[in-house]
Amino acid sequence: MNLTLHVWRQKGPEAKGELETYQAKNVSEDQSFLEMLDDVNEDLIKAGKDPIAFDHDCREGICGMCSQVINGKPHGGQERTTVCQLHMRSFNDGDEIFIEPWRAKAFPIHKDLIVDRNALEVIMQAGGFTSCHTGGVADGNALLIPKPVADYAMDAAECIGCGACVASCPNSSAMLFTSAKVAQLAVLPQGKGEAKARVKNMTETMLSEGFGNCTNHYECQEACPKGINVKFIATLNREYIKSFC
Amino acid sequence: MHLITSSVGRKLLMAVTGMMLVGFITVHLLGNLSIFAGSEAINIYAEKLHSLGPIVWIFRLIMLGLFAVHIALGIQLTMENSSASPEAYAIKARLKTTFAAESMIYTGLILLAFLLYHLLHFTVQVVHTDAVATLQPLVNGRLNVFAMVGNSFNSAFVSIAYVVAMCALFLHLSHGLQSFIQTLGLNNGPSQDKVSAIGKLVAIFFGLAYIAIPLAFLFHIVKI
Ligand code: HEM
Ligand code: FES
Repeated sequence: MNLTLHVWRQKGPEAKGELETYQAKNVSEDQSFLEMLDDVNEDLIKAGKDPIAFDHDCREGICGMCSQVINGKPHGGQERTTVCQLHMRSFNDGDEIFIEPWRAKAFPIHKDLIVDRNALEVIMQAGGFTSCHTGGVADGNALLIPKPVADYAMDAAECIGCGACVASCPNSSAMLFTSAKVAQLAVLPQGKGEAKARVKNMTETMLSEGFGNCTNHYECQEACPKGINVKFIATLNREYIKSFC
Repeated sequence: MHLITSSVGRKLLMAVTGMMLVGFITVHLLGNLSIFAGSEAINIYAEKLHSLGPIVWIFRLIMLGLFAVHIALGIQLTMENSSASPEAYAIKARLKTTFAAESMIYTGLILLAFLLYHLLHFTVQVVHTDAVATLQPLVNGRLNVFAMVGNSFNSAFVSIAYVVAMCALFLHLSHGLQSFIQTLGLNNGPSQDKVSAIGKLVAIFFGLAYIAIPLAFLFHIVKI
Protein backbone atom coordinates (compact mmCIF):
# COMPACT_ATOMS: atom_id res chain seq x y z
CA MET A 1 0.00 0.00 0.00
CA ASN A 2 0.98 3.62 -0.45
CA LEU A 3 0.52 6.20 2.28
CA THR A 4 0.89 9.94 2.78
CA LEU A 5 2.61 10.83 6.05
CA HIS A 6 2.49 14.20 7.78
CA VAL A 7 5.34 14.08 10.27
CA TRP A 8 6.38 16.64 12.90
CA ARG A 9 9.94 17.75 12.14
CA GLN A 10 11.83 19.88 14.62
CA LYS A 11 15.61 20.28 14.55
CA GLY A 12 16.12 20.82 18.27
CA PRO A 13 14.49 21.86 21.55
CA GLU A 14 14.51 25.56 20.71
CA ALA A 15 13.84 25.24 16.98
CA LYS A 16 10.44 25.89 15.46
CA GLY A 17 8.88 22.68 14.20
CA GLU A 18 6.35 21.97 11.50
CA LEU A 19 4.54 19.10 9.83
CA GLU A 20 6.25 17.83 6.70
CA THR A 21 4.73 15.54 4.13
CA TYR A 22 6.32 12.28 2.94
CA GLN A 23 5.16 9.44 0.72
CA ALA A 24 5.55 5.89 2.06
CA LYS A 25 5.58 3.56 -0.96
CA ASN A 26 5.05 -0.19 -1.19
CA VAL A 27 4.33 -0.60 2.49
CA SER A 28 3.69 -4.22 3.47
CA GLU A 29 0.73 -4.85 5.75
CA ASP A 30 2.94 -7.19 7.77
CA GLN A 31 5.32 -4.39 8.70
CA SER A 32 5.09 -2.71 12.06
CA PHE A 33 4.56 1.03 12.13
CA LEU A 34 8.20 1.58 13.12
CA GLU A 35 9.44 -0.66 10.29
CA MET A 36 7.41 1.43 7.89
CA LEU A 37 9.17 4.53 9.28
CA ASP A 38 12.55 2.74 8.99
CA ASP A 39 11.91 2.36 5.26
CA VAL A 40 10.90 6.00 4.91
CA ASN A 41 14.11 6.94 6.74
CA GLU A 42 16.24 4.79 4.45
CA ASP A 43 14.84 6.67 1.47
CA LEU A 44 15.52 9.98 3.24
CA ILE A 45 19.10 8.97 3.96
CA LYS A 46 19.64 7.87 0.36
CA ALA A 47 18.33 11.24 -0.78
CA GLY A 48 20.86 12.92 1.53
CA LYS A 49 18.19 14.18 3.93
CA ASP A 50 17.94 14.05 7.71
CA PRO A 51 16.00 10.93 8.78
CA ILE A 52 12.97 11.26 11.09
CA ALA A 53 14.13 10.91 14.70
CA PHE A 54 11.86 8.74 16.86
CA ASP A 55 12.26 6.83 20.13
CA HIS A 56 12.19 3.03 20.26
CA ASP A 57 14.04 0.23 21.98
CA CYS A 58 12.53 -3.20 22.60
CA ARG A 59 10.01 -3.12 19.74
CA GLU A 60 8.00 -5.71 21.59
CA GLY A 61 5.74 -3.51 23.67
CA ILE A 62 7.46 -3.70 27.03
CA CYS A 63 10.01 -0.92 27.36
CA GLY A 64 7.79 2.13 26.86
CA MET A 65 10.23 3.99 24.64
CA CYS A 66 8.14 4.31 21.49
CA SER A 67 5.97 7.38 21.69
CA GLN A 68 4.06 8.82 18.78
CA VAL A 69 0.66 10.39 18.48
CA ILE A 70 -0.84 8.92 15.32
CA ASN A 71 -3.91 10.63 13.88
CA GLY A 72 -4.54 12.28 17.22
CA LYS A 73 -4.25 9.10 19.28
CA PRO A 74 -1.22 8.16 21.38
CA HIS A 75 0.25 4.88 20.06
CA GLY A 76 -2.33 5.00 17.24
CA GLY A 77 -5.32 4.18 19.40
CA GLN A 78 -5.44 0.42 18.98
CA GLU A 79 -6.45 -1.19 22.26
CA ARG A 80 -3.52 -2.20 24.48
CA THR A 81 -0.97 -1.59 21.72
CA THR A 82 2.24 0.40 21.64
CA VAL A 83 3.42 2.02 18.39
CA CYS A 84 6.03 -0.71 17.94
CA GLN A 85 3.28 -3.34 18.08
CA LEU A 86 0.96 -1.48 15.74
CA HIS A 87 0.91 -3.12 12.33
CA MET A 88 0.32 -1.62 8.95
CA ARG A 89 -2.64 -3.93 8.37
CA SER A 90 -4.64 -1.47 10.52
CA PHE A 91 -4.24 1.07 7.70
CA ASN A 92 -5.58 1.23 4.18
CA ASP A 93 -3.98 2.09 0.87
CA GLY A 94 -4.07 5.84 0.28
CA ASP A 95 -4.46 6.76 3.98
CA GLU A 96 -3.14 10.07 5.24
CA ILE A 97 -1.39 9.63 8.57
CA PHE A 98 -0.47 12.43 10.98
CA ILE A 99 2.48 11.62 13.25
CA GLU A 100 3.23 13.98 16.13
CA PRO A 101 5.32 13.83 19.31
CA TRP A 102 3.86 13.66 22.86
CA ARG A 103 2.90 17.26 23.59
CA ALA A 104 3.16 18.60 27.13
CA LYS A 105 5.11 21.38 28.82
CA ALA A 106 6.73 18.72 31.03
CA PHE A 107 7.92 16.79 27.93
CA PRO A 108 10.10 19.21 25.94
CA ILE A 109 10.83 18.08 22.39
CA HIS A 110 14.41 16.92 21.79
CA LYS A 111 14.13 16.38 18.09
CA ASP A 112 11.26 15.50 15.71
CA LEU A 113 9.22 12.84 17.53
CA ILE A 114 11.59 12.40 20.47
CA VAL A 115 10.60 14.08 23.72
CA ASP A 116 12.41 14.29 27.06
CA ARG A 117 10.40 12.21 29.54
CA ASN A 118 12.78 12.69 32.44
CA ALA A 119 10.01 14.40 34.42
CA LEU A 120 8.42 10.97 34.98
CA GLU A 121 11.74 9.79 36.41
CA VAL A 122 11.78 12.75 38.80
CA ILE A 123 8.31 11.75 40.02
CA MET A 124 9.63 8.21 40.63
CA GLN A 125 12.56 9.57 42.61
CA ALA A 126 10.11 11.43 44.84
CA GLY A 127 8.62 8.20 46.19
CA GLY A 128 8.26 5.43 43.63
CA PHE A 129 10.34 3.03 45.72
CA THR A 130 10.45 1.30 49.09
CA SER A 131 13.31 1.85 51.52
CA CYS A 132 13.83 -1.62 52.92
CA HIS A 133 16.94 -3.75 53.39
CA THR A 134 16.80 -6.30 50.64
CA GLY A 135 19.34 -8.68 52.14
CA GLY A 136 19.38 -12.17 50.70
CA VAL A 137 16.56 -13.69 48.71
CA ALA A 138 13.50 -13.85 50.97
CA ASP A 139 11.86 -17.16 51.73
CA GLY A 140 9.04 -17.69 49.21
CA ASN A 141 6.10 -17.68 51.59
CA ALA A 142 7.61 -15.66 54.44
CA LEU A 143 5.54 -12.61 53.53
CA LEU A 144 1.97 -13.61 52.79
CA ILE A 145 0.18 -11.45 50.24
CA PRO A 146 -3.43 -12.38 49.38
CA LYS A 147 -3.97 -13.19 45.71
CA PRO A 148 -6.42 -10.31 45.02
CA VAL A 149 -3.89 -7.86 46.48
CA ALA A 150 -1.07 -9.31 44.41
CA ASP A 151 -3.25 -9.15 41.29
CA TYR A 152 -4.17 -5.55 42.01
CA ALA A 153 -0.52 -4.59 42.45
CA MET A 154 0.44 -6.46 39.27
CA ASP A 155 -2.27 -4.64 37.28
CA ALA A 156 -0.82 -1.31 38.43
CA ALA A 157 2.73 -2.52 37.81
CA GLU A 158 1.91 -3.12 34.15
CA CYS A 159 2.61 0.58 33.53
CA ILE A 160 5.67 0.89 31.28
CA GLY A 161 6.05 4.63 31.85
CA CYS A 162 5.67 5.59 28.20
CA GLY A 163 3.77 8.79 28.96
CA ALA A 164 0.80 8.17 26.64
CA CYS A 165 -1.45 9.17 29.55
CA VAL A 166 0.17 12.60 29.66
CA ALA A 167 0.07 12.90 25.87
CA SER A 168 -3.65 12.17 25.72
CA CYS A 169 -4.65 14.31 28.70
CA PRO A 170 -6.18 17.72 27.86
CA ASN A 171 -4.41 18.99 31.01
CA SER A 172 -1.13 17.14 30.40
CA SER A 173 -1.59 15.57 33.82
CA ALA A 174 0.57 12.65 34.94
CA MET A 175 -2.04 11.31 37.34
CA LEU A 176 -2.47 7.89 35.73
CA PHE A 177 1.28 7.24 35.76
CA THR A 178 1.71 8.53 39.32
CA SER A 179 -1.36 6.72 40.58
CA ALA A 180 -0.21 3.39 39.14
CA LYS A 181 3.03 3.68 41.15
CA VAL A 182 1.30 4.93 44.30
CA ALA A 183 -1.39 2.25 44.16
CA GLN A 184 1.01 -0.60 43.42
CA LEU A 185 3.15 0.17 46.46
CA ALA A 186 0.30 1.24 48.76
CA VAL A 187 -1.34 -2.19 48.76
CA LEU A 188 1.83 -4.21 49.34
CA PRO A 189 3.29 -4.72 52.84
CA GLN A 190 6.71 -3.45 51.69
CA GLY A 191 5.20 -0.16 50.55
CA LYS A 192 2.81 0.57 53.39
CA GLY A 193 5.40 2.12 55.69
CA GLU A 194 6.13 5.06 53.43
CA ALA A 195 2.66 5.37 51.94
CA LYS A 196 1.81 8.75 53.49
CA ALA A 197 5.01 10.53 52.48
CA ARG A 198 4.99 8.83 49.09
CA VAL A 199 1.62 10.08 47.90
CA LYS A 200 2.32 13.63 49.08
CA ASN A 201 5.81 13.81 47.60
CA MET A 202 4.92 12.21 44.28
CA THR A 203 1.85 14.40 43.69
CA GLU A 204 3.81 17.49 44.69
CA THR A 205 6.57 16.59 42.23
CA MET A 206 3.96 16.07 39.54
CA LEU A 207 3.04 19.73 39.90
CA SER A 208 6.58 21.09 40.21
CA GLU A 209 7.64 19.19 37.08
CA GLY A 210 5.02 21.11 35.11
CA PHE A 211 2.27 18.51 34.69
CA GLY A 212 -1.34 19.69 34.94
CA ASN A 213 -4.05 18.70 37.42
CA CYS A 214 -6.37 15.76 36.77
CA THR A 215 -9.95 16.79 36.01
CA ASN A 216 -11.24 13.29 35.37
CA HIS A 217 -11.49 13.27 31.59
CA TYR A 218 -10.31 9.61 31.57
CA GLU A 219 -8.58 10.03 28.20
CA CYS A 220 -5.50 8.41 29.78
CA GLN A 221 -7.22 5.10 30.42
CA GLU A 222 -8.25 4.83 26.77
CA ALA A 223 -4.81 5.85 25.54
CA CYS A 224 -2.83 3.53 27.83
CA PRO A 225 -1.19 0.67 25.89
CA LYS A 226 -1.25 -1.41 29.08
CA GLY A 227 -4.88 -0.76 29.99
CA ILE A 228 -4.13 0.93 33.31
CA ASN A 229 -7.51 1.72 34.85
CA VAL A 230 -8.46 5.10 36.32
CA LYS A 231 -9.50 3.25 39.47
CA PHE A 232 -5.83 3.69 40.43
CA ILE A 233 -6.37 7.46 40.32
CA ALA A 234 -9.24 6.96 42.76
CA THR A 235 -6.84 4.93 44.91
CA LEU A 236 -4.29 7.75 44.79
CA ASN A 237 -6.99 10.21 45.86
CA ARG A 238 -7.93 7.87 48.72
CA GLU A 239 -4.29 7.48 49.73
CA TYR A 240 -3.95 11.24 49.68
CA ILE A 241 -6.93 11.68 52.03
CA LYS A 242 -5.55 8.91 54.28
CA SER A 243 -2.21 10.74 54.48
CA PHE A 244 -3.92 13.39 56.63
CA CYS A 245 -5.38 10.84 59.05
CA MET B 1 -1.31 24.00 53.93
CA HIS B 2 -0.69 21.04 51.65
CA LEU B 3 -4.42 20.85 51.07
CA ILE B 4 -4.61 24.31 49.49
CA THR B 5 -1.39 24.18 47.48
CA SER B 6 -1.16 20.64 46.16
CA SER B 7 -2.73 19.30 43.00
CA VAL B 8 -4.90 16.64 44.64
CA GLY B 9 -5.69 18.76 47.72
CA ARG B 10 -7.17 21.55 45.65
CA LYS B 11 -9.15 19.05 43.60
CA LEU B 12 -10.59 17.70 46.84
CA LEU B 13 -11.61 21.20 47.92
CA MET B 14 -13.25 21.70 44.51
CA ALA B 15 -15.12 18.45 44.91
CA VAL B 16 -16.30 19.08 48.48
CA THR B 17 -17.36 22.68 47.83
CA GLY B 18 -18.99 21.57 44.55
CA MET B 19 -20.94 18.90 46.39
CA MET B 20 -22.05 21.36 49.08
CA LEU B 21 -23.29 23.62 46.28
CA VAL B 22 -25.21 20.62 44.95
CA GLY B 23 -26.70 20.29 48.44
CA PHE B 24 -27.77 23.90 48.20
CA ILE B 25 -29.34 23.61 44.75
CA THR B 26 -31.25 20.54 45.97
CA VAL B 27 -32.85 22.41 48.86
CA HIS B 28 -33.41 25.44 46.67
CA LEU B 29 -35.12 23.30 44.03
CA LEU B 30 -37.48 21.76 46.60
CA GLY B 31 -38.46 25.27 47.69
CA ASN B 32 -38.94 26.47 44.12
CA LEU B 33 -41.04 23.52 43.07
CA SER B 34 -43.64 24.72 45.55
CA ILE B 35 -44.94 26.98 42.76
CA PHE B 36 -46.63 23.85 41.48
CA ALA B 37 -48.50 23.54 44.79
CA GLY B 38 -50.75 26.57 44.29
CA SER B 39 -50.09 30.29 44.59
CA GLU B 40 -49.98 30.32 48.38
CA ALA B 41 -47.23 27.70 48.98
CA ILE B 42 -44.19 29.68 47.86
CA ASN B 43 -45.42 32.79 49.68
CA ILE B 44 -45.57 30.83 52.93
CA TYR B 45 -42.16 29.31 52.20
CA ALA B 46 -40.65 32.76 51.56
CA GLU B 47 -42.16 34.15 54.72
CA LYS B 48 -40.78 31.27 56.80
CA LEU B 49 -37.36 31.77 55.29
CA HIS B 50 -37.28 35.48 56.03
CA SER B 51 -38.48 34.96 59.59
CA LEU B 52 -35.24 33.07 60.30
CA GLY B 53 -33.47 36.43 60.50
CA PRO B 54 -29.77 36.12 61.37
CA ILE B 55 -29.70 32.43 60.37
CA VAL B 56 -30.40 33.52 56.79
CA TRP B 57 -27.34 35.74 56.95
CA ILE B 58 -25.11 33.05 58.40
CA PHE B 59 -26.32 30.80 55.61
CA ARG B 60 -25.58 33.46 52.99
CA LEU B 61 -22.05 33.92 54.31
CA ILE B 62 -21.41 30.17 54.14
CA MET B 63 -22.69 30.15 50.55
CA LEU B 64 -20.42 33.07 49.70
CA GLY B 65 -17.45 31.18 51.14
CA LEU B 66 -18.31 28.01 49.20
CA PHE B 67 -18.66 29.88 45.92
CA ALA B 68 -15.48 31.86 46.54
CA VAL B 69 -13.39 28.72 47.17
CA HIS B 70 -14.97 26.75 44.32
CA ILE B 71 -14.62 29.57 41.79
CA ALA B 72 -11.12 30.70 42.81
CA LEU B 73 -9.74 27.16 42.68
CA GLY B 74 -11.64 26.40 39.48
CA ILE B 75 -10.05 29.33 37.71
CA GLN B 76 -6.61 28.64 39.18
CA LEU B 77 -6.61 24.93 38.24
CA THR B 78 -7.89 25.68 34.74
CA MET B 79 -5.13 28.24 34.18
CA GLU B 80 -2.46 25.82 35.41
CA ASN B 81 -3.84 23.11 33.18
CA SER B 82 -3.79 25.20 30.05
CA SER B 83 -0.23 26.32 30.76
CA ALA B 84 0.77 22.65 31.21
CA SER B 85 -0.33 21.88 27.66
CA PRO B 86 0.78 24.88 25.64
CA GLU B 87 1.11 23.28 22.19
CA ALA B 88 -1.98 21.88 20.53
CA TYR B 89 -1.93 18.77 18.35
CA ALA B 90 -2.62 19.24 14.66
CA ILE B 91 -5.13 16.42 15.08
CA LYS B 92 -6.52 15.30 18.43
CA ALA B 93 -9.06 12.54 18.76
CA ARG B 94 -11.48 12.58 21.69
CA LEU B 95 -11.13 9.13 23.26
CA LYS B 96 -13.44 9.22 26.24
CA THR B 97 -13.91 12.77 27.48
CA THR B 98 -17.12 14.67 26.95
CA PHE B 99 -18.17 18.13 25.88
CA ALA B 100 -19.38 18.68 29.45
CA ALA B 101 -15.94 17.82 30.88
CA GLU B 102 -14.15 20.09 28.43
CA SER B 103 -16.44 23.03 29.11
CA MET B 104 -16.45 22.97 32.94
CA ILE B 105 -14.84 26.39 33.27
CA TYR B 106 -17.25 27.92 30.75
CA THR B 107 -20.40 26.39 32.23
CA GLY B 108 -19.03 27.44 35.64
CA LEU B 109 -18.58 31.02 34.49
CA ILE B 110 -22.07 31.03 32.96
CA LEU B 111 -23.39 29.86 36.34
CA LEU B 112 -21.47 32.65 38.06
CA ALA B 113 -22.93 35.27 35.70
CA PHE B 114 -26.35 33.74 36.20
CA LEU B 115 -25.93 33.76 39.98
CA LEU B 116 -25.23 37.49 39.99
CA TYR B 117 -28.18 38.17 37.67
CA HIS B 118 -30.45 35.92 39.73
CA LEU B 119 -29.53 37.68 42.98
CA LEU B 120 -30.12 41.10 41.41
CA HIS B 121 -33.43 39.83 40.10
CA PHE B 122 -35.09 38.10 43.04
CA THR B 123 -32.99 38.97 46.10
CA VAL B 124 -31.84 42.57 45.62
CA GLN B 125 -34.76 43.17 43.21
CA VAL B 126 -33.21 45.84 41.05
CA VAL B 127 -33.79 44.30 37.59
CA HIS B 128 -37.25 43.71 36.05
CA THR B 129 -38.68 46.02 38.70
CA ASP B 130 -42.16 46.00 37.16
CA ALA B 131 -42.52 42.34 38.17
CA VAL B 132 -41.06 43.07 41.59
CA ALA B 133 -43.82 45.64 42.08
CA THR B 134 -46.30 42.76 42.23
CA LEU B 135 -44.88 41.86 45.64
CA GLN B 136 -47.30 44.58 46.80
CA PRO B 137 -50.12 44.47 47.62
CA LEU B 138 -49.82 41.73 50.20
CA VAL B 139 -51.87 38.56 49.79
CA ASN B 140 -53.24 37.20 53.07
CA GLY B 141 -50.73 39.43 54.83
CA ARG B 142 -47.76 37.92 52.94
CA LEU B 143 -45.50 39.21 50.18
CA ASN B 144 -46.73 37.88 46.82
CA VAL B 145 -43.57 36.09 45.74
CA PHE B 146 -45.63 33.84 43.50
CA ALA B 147 -46.81 36.78 41.37
CA MET B 148 -43.32 38.26 41.24
CA VAL B 149 -41.87 35.02 39.91
CA GLY B 150 -44.80 34.47 37.56
CA ASN B 151 -44.74 37.96 36.09
CA SER B 152 -41.00 37.77 35.55
CA PHE B 153 -41.22 34.49 33.69
CA ASN B 154 -44.06 35.68 31.50
CA SER B 155 -41.33 37.58 29.71
CA ALA B 156 -39.76 35.31 27.09
CA PHE B 157 -36.42 37.06 27.52
CA VAL B 158 -36.24 36.33 31.25
CA SER B 159 -37.41 32.74 30.81
CA ILE B 160 -34.87 32.04 28.08
CA ALA B 161 -32.07 33.48 30.22
CA TYR B 162 -33.03 31.09 33.02
CA VAL B 163 -33.34 28.13 30.67
CA VAL B 164 -29.90 28.79 29.17
CA ALA B 165 -28.34 29.02 32.64
CA MET B 166 -30.00 25.77 33.69
CA CYS B 167 -28.62 24.05 30.60
CA ALA B 168 -25.19 25.16 31.84
CA LEU B 169 -26.06 23.69 35.25
CA PHE B 170 -27.00 20.41 33.58
CA LEU B 171 -23.68 20.24 31.72
CA HIS B 172 -21.69 21.25 34.82
CA LEU B 173 -23.33 18.54 36.90
CA SER B 174 -23.23 15.86 34.22
CA HIS B 175 -19.43 15.92 34.52
CA GLY B 176 -19.22 17.20 38.09
CA LEU B 177 -21.23 14.54 39.89
CA GLN B 178 -19.18 11.58 38.72
CA SER B 179 -16.01 13.66 39.01
CA PHE B 180 -16.83 14.14 42.69
CA ILE B 181 -17.02 10.38 43.25
CA GLN B 182 -13.68 9.86 41.50
CA THR B 183 -11.96 12.75 43.28
CA LEU B 184 -13.02 11.39 46.64
CA GLY B 185 -11.55 8.05 45.66
CA LEU B 186 -14.86 6.19 45.71
CA ASN B 187 -14.49 4.53 42.33
CA ASN B 188 -13.39 0.90 42.09
CA GLY B 189 -13.11 0.37 38.33
CA PRO B 190 -16.27 -1.52 37.39
CA SER B 191 -18.33 1.20 39.09
CA GLN B 192 -16.89 3.88 36.80
CA ASP B 193 -19.34 3.77 33.91
CA LYS B 194 -22.33 3.23 36.20
CA VAL B 195 -21.41 6.23 38.33
CA SER B 196 -21.04 8.34 35.15
CA ALA B 197 -24.46 7.19 33.91
CA ILE B 198 -26.16 7.87 37.26
CA GLY B 199 -24.44 11.27 37.45
CA LYS B 200 -25.84 12.16 34.03
CA LEU B 201 -29.35 11.05 35.02
CA VAL B 202 -29.26 13.12 38.20
CA ALA B 203 -27.94 16.08 36.17
CA ILE B 204 -30.81 15.69 33.68
CA PHE B 205 -33.25 15.62 36.59
CA PHE B 206 -31.85 18.85 38.06
CA GLY B 207 -31.82 20.52 34.64
CA LEU B 208 -35.40 19.57 33.73
CA ALA B 209 -36.81 20.32 37.17
CA TYR B 210 -35.29 23.82 37.21
CA ILE B 211 -36.24 24.53 33.60
CA ALA B 212 -39.84 23.49 34.29
CA ILE B 213 -40.39 26.54 36.51
CA PRO B 214 -39.86 29.39 34.00
CA LEU B 215 -41.47 27.34 31.20
CA ALA B 216 -44.53 26.59 33.32
CA PHE B 217 -45.20 30.32 33.63
CA LEU B 218 -44.15 31.22 30.10
CA PHE B 219 -46.58 28.71 28.58
CA HIS B 220 -49.28 29.50 31.16
CA ILE B 221 -49.33 25.97 32.52
CA VAL B 222 -49.17 27.61 35.92
CA LYS B 223 -51.32 30.77 35.92
CA ILE B 224 -50.77 33.77 38.13
C1 HEM C 1 -24.55 26.01 41.36
C2 HEM C 1 -23.29 26.14 41.29
C3 HEM C 1 -22.25 25.06 41.14
C4 HEM C 1 -22.30 23.72 41.43
C5 HEM C 1 -23.46 22.96 42.01
C6 HEM C 1 -21.02 23.15 41.07
C7 HEM C 1 -20.68 21.82 41.21
C8 HEM C 1 -19.46 21.27 40.86
C9 HEM C 1 -19.06 19.92 41.10
C10 HEM C 1 -19.87 18.85 41.80
C11 HEM C 1 -17.80 19.77 40.58
C12 HEM C 1 -16.97 18.50 40.56
C13 HEM C 1 -15.83 18.55 41.53
C14 HEM C 1 -14.78 17.53 41.16
O1 HEM C 1 -14.06 17.77 40.20
O2 HEM C 1 -14.68 16.49 41.81
C15 HEM C 1 -17.42 21.02 40.01
C16 HEM C 1 -16.22 21.27 39.38
C17 HEM C 1 -15.85 22.48 38.82
N1 HEM C 1 -16.57 23.66 38.88
FE1 HEM C 1 -18.38 23.89 39.71
N2 HEM C 1 -20.21 24.12 40.56
C18 HEM C 1 -20.93 25.31 40.59
C19 HEM C 1 -20.51 26.55 40.21
C20 HEM C 1 -19.30 26.81 39.58
C21 HEM C 1 -18.86 28.12 39.21
C22 HEM C 1 -19.64 29.43 39.46
C23 HEM C 1 -17.66 27.98 38.62
C24 HEM C 1 -16.93 29.18 38.09
C25 HEM C 1 -15.76 29.27 37.66
C26 HEM C 1 -17.32 26.55 38.61
C27 HEM C 1 -16.18 25.96 38.08
C28 HEM C 1 -15.84 24.63 38.21
C29 HEM C 1 -14.63 24.05 37.68
C30 HEM C 1 -13.56 24.75 36.86
C31 HEM C 1 -14.64 22.69 38.09
C32 HEM C 1 -13.54 21.66 37.87
C33 HEM C 1 -13.73 20.98 36.60
C34 HEM C 1 -13.21 19.57 36.61
O3 HEM C 1 -12.79 19.06 37.65
O4 HEM C 1 -13.28 18.98 35.55
N3 HEM C 1 -18.34 25.87 39.23
N4 HEM C 1 -18.44 21.93 40.19
S1 FES D 1 9.76 0.11 21.58
FE1 FES D 1 9.61 -0.78 23.55
S2 FES D 1 7.49 -0.55 23.93
FE2 FES D 1 7.62 0.11 21.89
